[in-house]
Amino acid sequence: MGKDHHHDHDDHSHLSEIELRVRALESILVEKGYVDPAAIDALVETYEVKVGPRNGAKVVAKAWSDPAYREWLRTDATAAIAALGFIGRQGEHMVAVENTPDEHNMVVCTLCSCYPWPVLGLPPVWYKSAPYRSRAVLDPRGVLAEFGVHLPKTSRIRVWDSTAEVRYLVIPMRPEGTEGMSEEALAELVTRDSMIGTGLARQPEAVR
Amino acid sequence: MNGAQDLGGMMGFGPITIEHDEPWFHAEWERRAFGLTLAMGATGSWNIDMSRHARESLPPGEYLTSSYYEIWTKGVEKLVVAAGLVSGEELTCGQSLVGSAPIKRVLKPEDVPAVLARGGPTERPIEQPARFAVGDRVRTRNLNPQGHTRLPRYARGRTGVVELVHGAHVFPDANAHGQGEQPQWLYTICFSGWELWGEQADPTVSVSIDAWENYLESA
Repeated sequence: MGKDHHHDHDDHSHLSEIELRVRALESILVEKGYVDPAAIDALVETYEVKVGPRNGAKVVAKAWSDPAYREWLRTDATAAIAALGFIGRQGEHMVAVENTPDEHNMVVCTLCSCYPWPVLGLPPVWYKSAPYRSRAVLDPRGVLAEFGVHLPKTSRIRVWDSTAEVRYLVIPMRPEGTEGMSEEALAELVTRDSMIGTGLARQPEAVR
Repeated sequence: MNGAQDLGGMMGFGPITIEHDEPWFHAEWERRAFGLTLAMGATGSWNIDMSRHARESLPPGEYLTSSYYEIWTKGVEKLVVAAGLVSGEELTCGQSLVGSAPIKRVLKPEDVPAVLARGGPTERPIEQPARFAVGDRVRTRNLNPQGHTRLPRYARGRTGVVELVHGAHVFPDANAHGQGEQPQWLYTICFSGWELWGEQADPTVSVSIDAWENYLESA
């Protein structure tokens, strides 16, 4: 770009169309006084720093360790999860679904991207994407294979399409050889994908 | 509506792309799009069902070729115009041209934790008893509304079993169109893979949706 043409370009000339569009939208909303940009910062910081799948891992580890808590989670997951401090937006109505040797649970939102934010944070890109949303209900076994999960052919697969404001948390099976492990150590075995149902909990050897 | 958001059972999108690093946001504009969508939602100018409808009513070709936060951005643009808060002309030229419209409230940074903790519960007390109970066989109606619905195409006109009764919840089909909350009973309905996808379906698969009472009839 020659210097003569500098006046044709403002400071935003390197920005993509969507960057410009979002920037313009924010500046209009801020100028009109509808949005405080510091509130946007606070919202982003919450989900980038404070909330994430370690929350859900604590819920699962407690369910593995404490039969009374597990029973509470079965009967009133919203209250049981709130008792650990995980509450609010996109987790207002929680249901926990437990994997067993015979049945594997898997969660999807075919219509948008519903996901239990207080326990898992914001969803990964693949969860919101057309390939996952289209096939999770049609060919869950094929989807699981893409995640490297190969269940016995006789295992039942139960898919939960979150079409309302109920949010589902999968309780993966507790790996063998974890007797006597602390809740903190057990939580290390609980992956985000295992709580969506596209993964299994890690084996204890894997984290040593 | 039978829009591009209703993806269950479609084919041809290819394999699932799994990122290795999985950042929460991939660019600064995604952070801003996310934050301003939530901040505008907190003004009370519309509800979550209106928000979903704004996104799903993008033309199918545009919906399927827009990234997630592009869809959110386009949704907010439609909502602020529909609510009379911003004009189409202002969006086009990228700046505010006239004064502000009245707004219910503005989200302050210090209120963010409380607002998020409160969330938006949708369960409501209603007088009518639930029509169905756990174990009942029900059939979903074959509904094709022009407006918002949460009954996906793949689960219309199908027979399943009531697995959970969740209480009465705000009815999105009404709430998305300013017709009030009209709460009604919400159920988890479980279908066999065979019922949804025919005789070639994997016999080990079952799929549930959450369905409001208006979506259902006895079977």
